[in-house]
Amino acid sequence: MSALGVFSQLMALVTALLLAPLLTGWINQWRHWLQNKSAPSLLQPYLTLHKLFNKELLMAEHASPLYRFTPYVVFGCMLLASAIIPTLSTDLPLSPAADAIALVGLFALARVFISLAAMDVGTSFGTLGARREMLVGFLAEPALLMVMFGASMITGSTSLTVIVETLAHRELAIYPSLLLAGVAFTMVSLAENARVPVDNPDTHLELTMIHEAMILEYSARHLALMEWAASLKLFAYSCVGLALFFPWGVAEANAPLALLLALPVLIFKLAIGGMLMAMIETASAKMRIFRVPEFLGTAFLLAVIGLLVNVLLGGQ
Amino acid sequence: MSHFVPQLINLFATLILLLSFAMLAQRRIVSLINLFMIQGAALAAASFLLGYVTGHPDLYVSGGLTLLLKVVLIPWMLHRMIRKLNVRWDVEMLLNIPTTMLVGIALVIFAFSLALPISRLSDAVAGGALGIALACVMLSFMMMITRSKAVPQVIGFLSMENGLLFAATTVTNGMPMIVEFGIALDVLVGVLILGVFMFQIREKFDSLDIRHLESLKDD
Repeated sequence: MSALGVFSQLMALVTALLLAPLLTGWINQWRHWLQNKSAPSLLQPYLTLHKLFNKELLMAEHASPLYRFTPYVVFGCMLLASAIIPTLSTDLPLSPAADAIALVGLFALARVFISLAAMDVGTSFGTLGARREMLVGFLAEPALLMVMFGASMITGSTSLTVIVETLAHRELAIYPSLLLAGVAFTMVSLAENARVPVDNPDTHLELTMIHEAMILEYSARHLALMEWAASLKLFAYSCVGLALFFPWGVAEANAPLALLLALPVLIFKLAIGGMLMAMIETASAKMRIFRVPEFLGTAFLLAVIGLLVNVLLGGQ
Repeated sequence: MSHFVPQLINLFATLILLLSFAMLAQRRIVSLINLFMIQGAALAAASFLLGYVTGHPDLYVSGGLTLLLKVVLIPWMLHRMIRKLNVRWDVEMLLNIPTTMLVGIALVIFAFSLALPISRLSDAVAGGALGIALACVMLSFMMMITRSKAVPQVIGFLSMENGLLFAATTVTNGMPMIVEFGIALDVLVGVLILGVFMFQIREKFDSLDIRHLESLKDD
């Protein structure tokens, strides 16, 4: 473990923490522009976080300790997830701690805790949100795993850093299986991050909520951590997508100059990605909750076909 | 550049497979026709690329015919037909979509395992895509089975023909020109006749549900 490795790990963590709210703000801004509304400031998520951290904490009357420490668990999961994804550099000392499969597990752990906490207080909306989240989650997870396996089959490793190194530094080639995996991954990340075809992030109608319904009872710093964790999750998903499908520009080990260059490249890629996400959200309508299994089933199917195509065409 | 062409052909093959699945899951007839049109375009692109890499001029003709017939003429005819029949939203499935999709995966696995030994024998540029073409044929067949209305069935039939043409192109690097012309003419005439059929079915039963055709006599 070199000093540069530790530095790049710290850089990755700080970048994730700082850029995640910015990405959320950027997507919101684009969505408002595309819908002919006047957009909130790009810094709005930071202002919201600041406001929430300074508010008085109110707890629900029947809340158990689980409810109290869930925000920290969720935030920790998302932070660790962002730490092991090669955003700036592939030289990450923490990356042997968890591979792509464990990454999916981390997201699942956060999901289980957030759902338990939602049911803990005993309001009906929390329970409703938790159930829906579980419905979305159990269908999205296998699809995400299949996408990861698709990339692993091409590169021969489940470690995210190795996948990125292999994909970025081999001869440029077109992988049909990655095309299918990319479409599947986009669908999964829309569902997992409570985006429009599945859930509406800024709805005020409790009956249609999924993610928002689960965190209705949270306030002050707990809510701030939940919101920040949601931003980090979106950031982590975007970075996994970039790492798997557009791995160019990520620095290798012992390349301090490339590390400096990696940050603007990452911001550029995220800016484009966020814009595309806002476009997808604007162009599609929220679907009925009972259509979600169909949507995610299609994502799973695409990922599986990607794997099969990879077998058939032999990763040419 | 020519290094990328086989990869591009595989990419288009995957796109054709993807579109087959999209058609299998599509509920609306108008979108179904548009998907069929895109599939035809992908097929034409694959033919052109294969023609470029192998140097067979026949393949350019084949691609041009595909472009003319399956991207322009037949979709236009189908659009006109559904406008006249007034069946724009008329889709009914015998199986629900997730089940259809799962059966579709099984079909793809079957087709791939069937084609793998064959494509190992073939030394054609895009021999590996045979499995995909076979899977497309089976998926279109599946689509014809799961739809009960006449128009989606016709589209399924046409899409199956796309798959067959793609299979022939990938394995043999292009069929003789006369065969190509024959098939193109067959498909065109087929669509015309099926169109007449559809109007007849509609006149007789007041609906395009082909289940009405199962009983031989009016009771």
